[in-house]
Amino acid sequence: MTPADQSISNIRAGLLKKEFSAVELTTEALAFAERENPKTNAYLRLSPERALETAARLDKLVASGETLGPLAGVPVAVKDVILTKGLRTTCGSKILENYTPPYDATAIQRIEAAGGIIIGKTNCDEFAMGSSNENSAYGVVRNPIAPDRVPGGSSGGSAAVVAQKTAVLSLGSDTGGSIRQPASFCGVVGVTPTYGRVSRYGLTAFASSLDHIGPFARSVQDAATLLEVMAGRDPMDSTSANVPVPNFAAKLDGDIRGLRIGVPVEYMKHATGETTERINEAIETLRRMGCVVSEISLPATDYAVAAYYIICTAEASSNLARFDGARYGYRSPDSGTLSDMYRHSRGEGFGPEVKRRIMLGTYVLSHGYYDAYYVKAQKVRALVTRDFTNAFQSVDAIVAPVSPFPAFRIGEKSDDPLEMYLSDIYTITGSLAGIPCMSVPCGVTKEGLPVGLQILCDHFDEATMFRLADAFEKR
Amino acid sequence: MKLTEAQVRYVADLANLSLSEEEIGRMVHHLGGILEHMDQLAEIDTEGVAPMTQFLAEAEDTATLREDVERPCLSNEAALENAPVSGDGYFKVPRVIER
Repeated sequence: MTPADQSISNIRAGLLKKEFSAVELTTEALAFAERENPKTNAYLRLSPERALETAARLDKLVASGETLGPLAGVPVAVKDVILTKGLRTTCGSKILENYTPPYDATAIQRIEAAGGIIIGKTNCDEFAMGSSNENSAYGVVRNPIAPDRVPGGSSGGSAAVVAQKTAVLSLGSDTGGSIRQPASFCGVVGVTPTYGRVSRYGLTAFASSLDHIGPFARSVQDAATLLEVMAGRDPMDSTSANVPVPNFAAKLDGDIRGLRIGVPVEYMKHATGETTERINEAIETLRRMGCVVSEISLPATDYAVAAYYIICTAEASSNLARFDGARYGYRSPDSGTLSDMYRHSRGEGFGPEVKRRIMLGTYVLSHGYYDAYYVKAQKVRALVTRDFTNAFQSVDAIVAPVSPFPAFRIGEKSDDPLEMYLSDIYTITGSLAGIPCMSVPCGVTKEGLPVGLQILCDHFDEATMFRLADAFEKR
Repeated sequence: MKLTEAQVRYVADLANLSLSEEEIGRMVHHLGGILEHMDQLAEIDTEGVAPMTQFLAEAEDTATLREDVERPCLSNEAALENAPVSGDGYFKVPRVIER
């Protein structure tokens, strides 16, 4: 057993009974992560100094008998798009290879205030753009379950460290499925909260109207605890919601009898072979556990991928304009004029997928195409959202696949960007609507590849989502 | 929508991106395919639907505004720490007005 093999409550109990100190636990967790990481390349770097400092502070609290925070002593890994003061943050990009943030993201501040230990930064697709982690400038991540396969993306490293047990918890970011899809590929729990539930302050902006920070964990209970720590209004993010944060973990009572579950017909028609089988089995299990299952329709689904990739690339092209070689990041040696500095720093600093999305986004926003693409996509976004609003009149939760297929082989899909985009079909609808969604493991294929069940609930109703997921997990 | 090479060059210019000839060729191919998929949006009826920019929790108009008071910000030193080139407390960039 390794320190990171444990749960939040085990670690807390161990600290209180003085079975180990936070410094001992952190030292072991760091050593284990360092030893295991070459198998997956999931960590880009560990943060021993910061981790051990936090742990030493925590040990003083333990010694003086003070109340410990809800994440006391728990090793947390952080996707490298989330800023950590004094700890290099690259966003998986060459353009930020040497960037050291001068401040912490709000989520990071809250985790450390709750006693969590930031132990390292995880690999990801460049600027969180990708569904396989193959777009990182720092190499692919291998799926810990099947090393010749991708861990999913874009938060592939964060899913992998939790599956590999080199962290207890991790943070990812989700714009169109970047937490749920890698969680399903790696067989762990991954949560995209309601838009606005967690402050985006310190999350490198990809598509601001769609970006979320959310947790990975090996149990629903631990994911719920981490979300609760991070959630709530933050004056530094004007889109963060001033909505009360329930005690999610306390409401996991296992009682899901009578819960009304909707299964979208549009989602089940594309899913292939074994994924569909596992999802259908999960639905049968929920029925047996007392849920009332019915078919629902989300008719705008077929147009969601097109709408999503217009909106997210449009926002990305604006957000990534800040990387210009002037104030931070890479500056090309070929910077004779200001214009050359911009063009060459960006041309040399960004990878192929990021350039593709900047180009698409610039195009759909450009004169003559703005209404046909961008405004039209925003209208379709309203229709996708309306579908969910209508559905939640008659059901409490929706269940669906996360991905049409389990983890694919490294290199298998990297030549066709459109095919990769289309595989995001089940996750981007929830993202467009801003509703909470998550992936919970629901079995494996014959080859042993994990399959995730997606659960979607109404805005700010994470409590129902967690209650259902927790009961299903303990089935 | 098929894209021409000239359109790709024009958009790259708008986006301040230098692209190699090979990259331009790939963009013509990939972006054209993606835009063709996006063109299916024309099929769906959105008559009378208001464009949605994002989901936001319902709140009073001023609920997200803070008091207009000074508060600490990054020091000059911290702000310049990541600058590729700086000097005298400023970011240094190439000459802006050509002579």
